[in-house]
Amino acid sequence: MRKPAFLAVTGIVSLGSLTLAACGSNSSVNSGSPQAGTPITIGVSVSLTGDFSGDGKALVQGYDLWAQDENAKGGLLGHHVTMKYVDDASSTTQVVTNYQNLITQDKVALVFGPFSSLLTIPASTVTNRFGYAFPEPAGGGPSVFTRGIHSLFFVQPAPVEDNLVSFTQWVLSLPAGQRPATAAYSTEDDPFTQPQIDKAKALLEAGGVRTASYKVYPAETTDFTPLAQQVIAANADVVILGTQEPDAVAFIKAFQQQHYNPKALVETAGPDQGSDFATKVGSANTEGVMVPAGWWSSAKTPFNATFVSEFIAKYGGTPGGIASDAAEAYSVGQVVDQAAKKANSITNAALIAALHTGTYQTIQGPMAFDSVGKPSGASFLVQWQNGLTVPVYPPSAAVAQPEYPKPAFSG
Amino acid sequence: MTLILEAVVFGVLTGGVYALMASGLTLIFGVMRIINVGHGALVILGAYLSFALLRSAHIDPFLSLIVTMPAMFALGVVLQLVFIRPLKEDREALSVLVTYALALGIEGLLGFLFSDNLVQLTAWYETASFAVFGFHIAYVYVFGFALCIAILAGIFLMLYRTTFGSAVRATMLNRTAAQLVGVNVDRVSAIAFGIGVSTAAAGGVIFGMTNAFNPGSHYDLISRLLTIIVLGGLGSLRGAVIAAVGMLIIEDVTAVVISPVWASFAFFLLLVIVLVVRPQGLYGIRVRERI
Repeated sequence: MRKPAFLAVTGIVSLGSLTLAACGSNSSVNSGSPQAGTPITIGVSVSLTGDFSGDGKALVQGYDLWAQDENAKGGLLGHHVTMKYVDDASSTTQVVTNYQNLITQDKVALVFGPFSSLLTIPASTVTNRFGYAFPEPAGGGPSVFTRGIHSLFFVQPAPVEDNLVSFTQWVLSLPAGQRPATAAYSTEDDPFTQPQIDKAKALLEAGGVRTASYKVYPAETTDFTPLAQQVIAANADVVILGTQEPDAVAFIKAFQQQHYNPKALVETAGPDQGSDFATKVGSANTEGVMVPAGWWSSAKTPFNATFVSEFIAKYGGTPGGIASDAAEAYSVGQVVDQAAKKANSITNAALIAALHTGTYQTIQGPMAFDSVGKPSGASFLVQWQNGLTVPVYPPSAAVAQPEYPKPAFSG
Repeated sequence: MTLILEAVVFGVLTGGVYALMASGLTLIFGVMRIINVGHGALVILGAYLSFALLRSAHIDPFLSLIVTMPAMFALGVVLQLVFIRPLKEDREALSVLVTYALALGIEGLLGFLFSDNLVQLTAWYETASFAVFGFHIAYVYVFGFALCIAILAGIFLMLYRTTFGSAVRATMLNRTAAQLVGVNVDRVSAIAFGIGVSTAAAGGVIFGMTNAFNPGSHYDLISRLLTIIVLGGLGSLRGAVIAAVGMLIIEDVTAVVISPVWASFAFFLLLVIVLVVRPQGLYGIRVRERI
């Protein structure tokens, strides 16, 4: 090789190595501890547009309310908090870019999580690479935890797949004469819904409840009539649906059209959307419908009543209209606040270490995290009764008896 | 057996709605030789117009068509004049880009005005139903199907019983020849585009009563509508109707007999088989061009 060419190749290789080294290093990110009393910025990628925009906006409400409360108390361990939001358009690629930019360019002190398991999975890979703690409010599907990321913390009482456990426990706790003999299942092929249905099915079958029908449908389905027909044809005692809000509403309307009334109906999501759900299915048709929940507006958890009143003062509306996403986002801030006090530090390494030990009090109730950030608690069973959602199981959390069998739809 | 019968009945009823929406798309292609990929967005725009009238003035969604169909017709004529007519060269390819831009514009505008939250049109007949053959049919499906039949019959009558219809069919057969015999093809194109868009308004109302929708709902819709007109034969109204009803029956029956996961696959399998045997679709005309 001629000398100039050799030098050029060597130069390029050296430059490339330096670039790679710079990319792999955390030296350019804000991994140290901010000086006492200095303001800090917390970065979040949120879905302000796209499929998750409704949930994303609710997350912003919850995060903003927490920051307001935190600053009123003197800030996070004395640091005034500013939230910085960037829109990921519900995109799995944009969410990665957003967290990279927040960490390397904006040099935010901390990051909080986006909406959905779908976005949390790629986002947590980035935040973990930079050594950031990643408390997140809405990514609890099994695939979030199977990657073994030590810096991730799912701030809800239970992993998503366990959401219907309280429902199955309630069904199996019924006296033999009342206990349902058959169940019909239908679920979206979604990482949020299907694991819940599959676990509920396994638990009920083990408890002696026969499966009359089990169908999985594509998430992009818009015509729910054939799906509802199958559920109705099974004529099961209880119906368990893995839904988001649109299909939750569509199933109920199809059941009304066919004058079909199961003894119990539980949906993984939809009935938890408060007044929006009631408006869509009609208030009278909400009666008796069940949904798993980690939070509800009348819960007697510490600080929840204050959260609800502050939320309404800031954003308007009614307690029933507060999306659970907002409460989950607020809980993320609560957990971080307690971890910072416990560690007496807001460095990410200290927060990660602190969050893996002990129990944290939130408006969703107490929670603790295992080595991959999976919470160890349980969700509650909530039921629509007289136009409101009320916890009905387990008895320790219940404020009303479950209404069983469910009243007929109004038709 | 009842389940299959029920699936067939609902397949026919919902297929009628897709037939109406696809008829506008295939009419536009037939007259202008353009693929209007913005047709799904126009359907959603029609649904939102009725939603706005329902929310602000409590006007029944079907009654709102008295206002929205003429409005959408006028919009269609304007869109044709402003965006489609200026395309003189490479019309088929450029029209895809122009109408896609149109779809994005409509989606953005609707998102700005109504947010991205899902909404649905409501009325008393949405959940009210009657019993037949051992199951119930909601009135909304029957009313919607009747409306589709009425509008489709009107389009067929216009095409085969009026002078203007003759001009439209002449333009569909051969645009240049139609011009040579004195047909004002620009005027025919503008009116045909307007008719196509006004059928989107009618289809949008029924779609919006049987599905929750948001500004982004047009993506799934346009893919289904394009599939229908390809199976039926581009430019064939009769083909669009048969393909739409066939598609919904196959999907619904597959969903109840086998699995919802295989519903779309079963239809696309049929589509591939038909296109292998008849590349021009069920009722399309094979065109030979000098290259």
